Amino acid sequence: MQEYALIMRHEDGAKIASPEQMQEWMRQTMDWIGGIAAQDKFVSGTGLQFDGARVVHADKVVTNGPFGEIKETIGGIIRVKAESFDEAVEFAKGCPVLQGEGNTMEVRQITSHS
Amino acid sequence: MNQDLVPHLFRREYSKIVAVLVRNFGLEKIEVAEDIASETFLAAMQSWTYVGVPQNPSAWIYAVAKNKARNHLTRLSKVREIGSDGLDEVAGLPIDLTDTNISDSQLRMIFAVCNPAISAESQVGLALRILCGFGIEEIADAFLTSRETIYKRLQRAKETLRREASGLEVPDELAIEKRLDAVLTTLYLLFSEGYYSESHPEVLRKDLCEEAMRLAELLLEHRVTDRPTVRALLALMCFQASRFPARRGESGELVLYAEQDESKWDQTLIERGVKLLRAASTGTSLSKYHVEASIAYWHTMKEDTPEKWESILMLYDHLLQIECSPIAALNRTYALARVKGDAVAIVEAEQLRLTNNHFYYVLLAELYGKVDPAESRRCLAQALALAKTEADRQTIRRKLDSVGPANPADDYSPCKPY
Repeated sequence: MQEYALIMRHEDGAKIASPEQMQEWMRQTMDWIGGIAAQDKFVSGTGLQFDGARVVHADKVVTNGPFGEIKETIGGIIRVKAESFDEAVEFAKGCPVLQGEGNTMEVRQITSHS
Repeated sequence: MNQDLVPHLFRREYSKIVAVLVRNFGLEKIEVAEDIASETFLAAMQSWTYVGVPQNPSAWIYAVAKNKARNHLTRLSKVREIGSDGLDEVAGLPIDLTDTNISDSQLRMIFAVCNPAISAESQVGLALRILCGFGIEEIADAFLTSRETIYKRLQRAKETLRREASGLEVPDELAIEKRLDAVLTTLYLLFSEGYYSESHPEVLRKDLCEEAMRLAELLLEHRVTDRPTVRALLALMCFQASRFPARRGESGELVLYAEQDESKWDQTLIERGVKLLRAASTGTSLSKYHVEASIAYWHTMKEDTPEKWESILMLYDHLLQIECSPIAALNRTYALARVKGDAVAIVEAEQLRLTNNHFYYVLLAELYGKVDPAESRRCLAQALALAKTEADRQTIRRKLDSVGPANPADDYSPCKPY
């Protein structure tokens, strides 16, 4: 078993979604995580706030963030256990974020130290 | 880890936060208030998803909204110029998200939104957006128009709002009756949009009705707006909404009153309606809502009695004196038929001459049913040609199938599906 990071990339929900829609997405994402946790494969997860983000550049100049194209903004990351990349990718496919056109899920392996 | 997420929590809290922030910032800053509210729910989404719903979700939401509002004011004060828009006074005011202030701010917001200077259609849209927290997409769905149309409509309405009302106030004693009238009209328009949905194929919009009722309840929470007319309106809404569980068939088709399974009617709502109607019977004036609620009350008793129809006829006579409407005239004629027979009713019906109205022909078909089935079929054909929604057409087709010498469609109200 390896650990993988599933990185959610999508635009700022507040700009495009109604309160009801946001509550619905939240519920769907909780259900998605719950499904992984039920298989005892969920390690941890965190969301990243869109408000007040900062970007520090190589020349130490600080600008407002988040960084990158609007739809590529990292909204959150979860860590899962999986037998293979394929399995991790299958988990990623279930993320509600993918309902939005242009949103993506990035799957990265986390180096194990065992 | 997870508390239960109350349905529509975000939507409800949105309208509360916007109301309080507009109270603090002023109507001109309504978009700022909306942005702060949206950002608050985004923050919740980015947090609760991973750590679970907090023990007190509302408290969490209010704390974050307050912070964001304060940050906003701080940012503004940093860039302000001399002679700015009184930000200092505003910045000093605490953002009060106690129940009392929330309820108070929402009341003021209702009066601001239901401003006669704004078109009725726009008032309903604005109410849905600001008072009920609906998204543009959701409002466009309810009215079967495009996102762009709704967006423009709301922008224009907000523009008028900013022009017409500088502060968020409850109208004074002199103005309040008239202003309350406008509010009730808008609330009933909202309810009717949900209940009858002429412009939407999916006929039942329970959400819209619930929101209209919730806003009416809000009015009753305040002494200044807890009046007989408001109680009467809410009673009317309760009686009508009580039939929601029975109005839809297995395949989603509309079930007319006569065919409804009354055991499905919500008795709690009916009881609430009765209490409200009794509580509304104080004071000296009888509003149209009183009369309509009384008629609706009679229809909570499915059993046909002479007393029922005589009372309903009298009530419609009264209603037409207060306010003449084609539908009321048609319904009165139907009640007349139940009291004095089809022949008498036919004579009066033909004098109405509402030849552009498909309900007119449905009524005539009903009245001719026993006496002249051929004429009845002709009328139904006319009705079919004039009908506007698929649901109505289906209903008329079913009637056409059942019209015959022994078998007239037996409905309490051919004019409005119930």
